[in-house]
Amino acid sequence: MLEAAGTPQEIEGRSLWRDARIRLFRNKAAVGSMIILGIITLMAIFAPMLSPFEYDQIDWGYIQEGPNWENGHIFGTDGNGRDLFIRILYGARVSLAVGLLATSVSLVIGVTYGAVAGYFGGKIDTIMMRFVDVLYSLPFMFFVIMLMVVFGRNIFLIFIALGAVEWLTMARIVRGQTLSIRRREFIEAAHATGVSNFKIIFRHVIPNVLGPVIVYMTLTIPQVILTESFLSFLGLGVQEPLTSWGVLISEGAKVIEASTWMLIYPATFLALTLFCFNFIGDGLRDALDPKDR
Amino acid sequence: MNAIGKKKAVPILSVRDLKVHFTLSGTGLFGKERKLKAVDGINFDLFPGETLGIVGESGCGKSTLGRAILQLIPPTDGQVIWLGRDIVGAPHSAMQPLRRDLQIIFQDPLASLNPRMTIGEIIAEPLVTHKADLGKEEIKARVKRMMARVGLLPQMINRYPHEFSGGQCQRIGIARAMILEPKLIICDEPVSALDVSIQAQIVNLLQELQREFDLSLIFISHDLSIVRHICHRILVLYLGNVMELADRDSIYAAPKHPYTKALISAVPIPDPEIERNKERIVLTGDLPSPTNPPSGCVFRTRCPFAKDVCATDIPTVDTINDHHQVACHFHERM
Ligand code: SF4
Repeated sequence: MLEAAGTPQEIEGRSLWRDARIRLFRNKAAVGSMIILGIITLMAIFAPMLSPFEYDQIDWGYIQEGPNWENGHIFGTDGNGRDLFIRILYGARVSLAVGLLATSVSLVIGVTYGAVAGYFGGKIDTIMMRFVDVLYSLPFMFFVIMLMVVFGRNIFLIFIALGAVEWLTMARIVRGQTLSIRRREFIEAAHATGVSNFKIIFRHVIPNVLGPVIVYMTLTIPQVILTESFLSFLGLGVQEPLTSWGVLISEGAKVIEASTWMLIYPATFLALTLFCFNFIGDGLRDALDPKDR
Repeated sequence: MNAIGKKKAVPILSVRDLKVHFTLSGTGLFGKERKLKAVDGINFDLFPGETLGIVGESGCGKSTLGRAILQLIPPTDGQVIWLGRDIVGAPHSAMQPLRRDLQIIFQDPLASLNPRMTIGEIIAEPLVTHKADLGKEEIKARVKRMMARVGLLPQMINRYPHEFSGGQCQRIGIARAMILEPKLIICDEPVSALDVSIQAQIVNLLQELQREFDLSLIFISHDLSIVRHICHRILVLYLGNVMELADRDSIYAAPKHPYTKALISAVPIPDPEIERNKERIVLTGDLPSPTNPPSGCVFRTRCPFAKDVCATDIPTVDTINDHHQVACHFHERM
């Protein structure tokens, strides 16, 4: 029999998360994307310090002027003479915040809901997932427009509306994963020990379904940003003078022939962000499930 | 350690006419529902400190029986009397304190450990669930003590299951089952996924622990040579029915049931002389579908001794003597 000789050092284990992190950091596209996203995020946070202009400040001398390093409007100005660079950064704040918040909402609701449905199975599962199907079939645009009509245009409504829609897919993914996990023997071992259902879900089920959830999350963020842009394009997005990338792109699209910069700059930021999230999502998928490649 | 001597003792576990039937939904829209009788009326007693082997081919219901005893699968009918109390259908709150004494070890050692938890957390889980008042330090100390007891280095406490070999994972599973010092452990094919060289180590560990903690074991297996090594009594299952239940020595020396005879004759004997000359009963055919078991004796479709009466009458479980029961119409002639 092995006896503890003295007090040997406890050896740190390599958790699956750590393995995944190492694999993720070996993926150049993912690391590059994280750096770019980090820079965009920092720029959005420290926006006021990066530009001499205010996002709603009108520069009467330069209405809809192209990019010009000498007068400080490095990305040019919009039709109201507001600096485009600072407006893009403020737009980044809104777009990224919408993306992150709506995704978090969908994450919390979707994971809990899906794990509960999948774990209990049977009738509970059937009822819960039918409810999801019903919500799925509601026309999303109609839902958003109704909200806007009743409560007026409000950025928080956009969060709620987007989160309320995105959690449905999350719940389905988590439920499917849970169904395959709840038959595993370590869940049975927990039952045999008398661990409560609640603790089994949070201690054994959710940590083991988190891989696909994280991947899906990184793909949801750009989707939400895109949906917000789409809403803004339709004129249902954030209220002036506040702005988002979608609003900026929609304004730019109207004047595409006269002032291309008004479309190109915000569109570049949006596309870059979407690419980055997708690369990170890809990298995460490979890192979390190396067998799946 | 003599199981027969202990027979005067009160059984800690009595299983009475236990049935587990599953309903399979029919195929197609109007398909008929079918009944799968995984366990169909089983009786036995288990005494303190005893090892009962449950043997049979895969699909005979032995794993289902083990889980039904622990109420992990709700039995359809019958009684599971644990320390004098029937626990079938007991509410969750009544079951909870009993789980302390009833544990299980699984066939696939790695699959039975949560890959996201350190082995310290895994082994501690029963303690955290049942004795949360112990405090972190004490729980950790007990986990380390148990790790040392089952042959794991205590400084490995922060490692993860995938960093261990199959045999070590099974030791982790045993440590988790033993940490509350239970009275009964159901071992569901605990060594069949392991290398032969490691099987013996695990079996010996189980025997040591049994002696040390006066543990009762139910050892589910299809491997008769291991069962012979560890078990005091052996229960032979076929299609959810008891074929034979006897002390180890009498079942290996004089099996009374054709099915047991066939199983035992299939085990190779190390001596080539005896091996060559021994009487061998080869089973023909496959295991019949448990959704549509044969009438009369469930074994009759493969039994070399089957007569007409076997198709019509279900054989009763006859008691030959104190420690031998058999379910066959013609056991006197065997
Ligand atoms: S009852 Fe008949 S069929 Fe069944 S084991 Fe005995 S001889 Fe064979």
